[in-house]
Amino acid sequence: MICVENLSKTFTLHNQGSAVIRVMENANFTVAAGECVALSGNSGAGKSTLMRMIYGNYLAASGRIMVGDVDVASAEPREILDLRRNTLGYVSQFLRVVPRVATLDVVAEPLRAVGVDQDAAYARARDLLGRLNIPETLWGLSPTTFSGGEQQRVNIARGFAHTYPALLLDEPTASLDATNRETVLSLIEEAKAGGAAIIGIFHDAPARDRVADREIDVSAFTPKRAA
Amino acid sequence: MTPLLSVQNVAKYYGARVGCEGVNFDLYPGEVMGIVGESGSGKSTLLNCLAGHLAPDAGKVLFDTRANGMQDTVTMSEPERRMLGRTDWAFVHQNARDGLRMSVSAGGNVGERLMAVGARNYGDIREQAIDWLGRVEIATDRIDDRPRQFSGGMQQRLQIARNLVTGPRLVFMDEPTGGLDVSVQARLLDLLRGLVREMGLSAIIVTHDLAVVRLLADRLMVMKSGQVVETGLTDQVLDDPQHAYTQLLVSSVLQV
Repeated sequence: MICVENLSKTFTLHNQGSAVIRVMENANFTVAAGECVALSGNSGAGKSTLMRMIYGNYLAASGRIMVGDVDVASAEPREILDLRRNTLGYVSQFLRVVPRVATLDVVAEPLRAVGVDQDAAYARARDLLGRLNIPETLWGLSPTTFSGGEQQRVNIARGFAHTYPALLLDEPTASLDATNRETVLSLIEEAKAGGAAIIGIFHDAPARDRVADREIDVSAFTPKRAA
Repeated sequence: MTPLLSVQNVAKYYGARVGCEGVNFDLYPGEVMGIVGESGSGKSTLLNCLAGHLAPDAGKVLFDTRANGMQDTVTMSEPERRMLGRTDWAFVHQNARDGLRMSVSAGGNVGERLMAVGARNYGDIREQAIDWLGRVEIATDRIDDRPRQFSGGMQQRLQIARNLVTGPRLVFMDEPTGGLDVSVQARLLDLLRGLVREMGLSAIIVTHDLAVVRLLADRLMVMKSGQVVETGLTDQVLDDPQHAYTQLLVSSVLQV
């Protein structure tokens, strides 16, 4: 489902002496449908950078990133938007809140975007918010004023609302209590059983051991410092 | 899929000075494109060239018309271009006074656009005007008030209602939230976001506010000194800018 070939990434900081920072070289791996792969490596090894490149948020310097039949590294913006709408989900660590939109609509939005009717979308959103222990009294409010933990759970509910064939998870269980952590892990297991190809970053080792089939050590793709 | 708007090598010069130059892009149905850049970068000049308010000195602006397919709006006759301006196009000015008739009631402002495309039944026109005032969150009992009795945010919302009532396919917006305070801005952005999605509009939004484009635009074009220096997916351009100027622009935003 996801196939990364000869991927490399550099950052050029034009306003800081045109420093060129090579952060990734020759990344090659594939993730099959129904498989969950954990990215490992120390902080700064490039886990998040790799994930952002797969999502099209960072531009690849060279190489290919096939998600289904779209090469994210060379696709037009509208092809990437279409991919994100239908195929590729991303649960980031933070919710980007749009002012004035109710929590229920925030969670239902990805479903509405793929043409699910309002009742079915709301039903799925209610189910997810309930499972993630967001009190029903908050559903009609914008998550802008919610606590950090509540926002994160709204974000997870939104990320799992539509059943994407490919899913990127950036620390989905960070700072969750035991009950909610358990819910998130079962959501991941359900997505896997449904045939989703999942790439995750988990600093929570027991969670990683439970849901991940194998690990990819991102530091193998870190360019060697010139001697 | 054919693009709704295809811009090819558009240039506009003010004497020896460059307004904008070598601009190329295709806009597809349902796409929202942001144009950012500092004052004087040529973004408003470009928008006015695209919307037929200024005649470009070079290039083509092809629009997929309902009747005859792709037509160059630069070379079409003035009546044809004006017809497009009343039907398939809409233009939201930064200053609502430029887009409204200040001496005509709110309902009249909305109704006038309908009459320009042939609506004649008073009851229907008033009904549609009431519907649109509701959609832009203006209370129905203000329908007979003049826009100058409205606040800046309300005037801007009325301008949007006036523009969208005829169901355009392409909306040009020049700093639609400029000069409004943040709470009014948030409300307006949320409204625009909803309308764009509901009506499947294509839009080109000129602004210097990066938060506005992040919220509204799918794609982004960055201009400097009349040239396009970078284009791409909005979040990609803002999170991983490639050009020196875009990097400067993004890193100059104050954190709240």
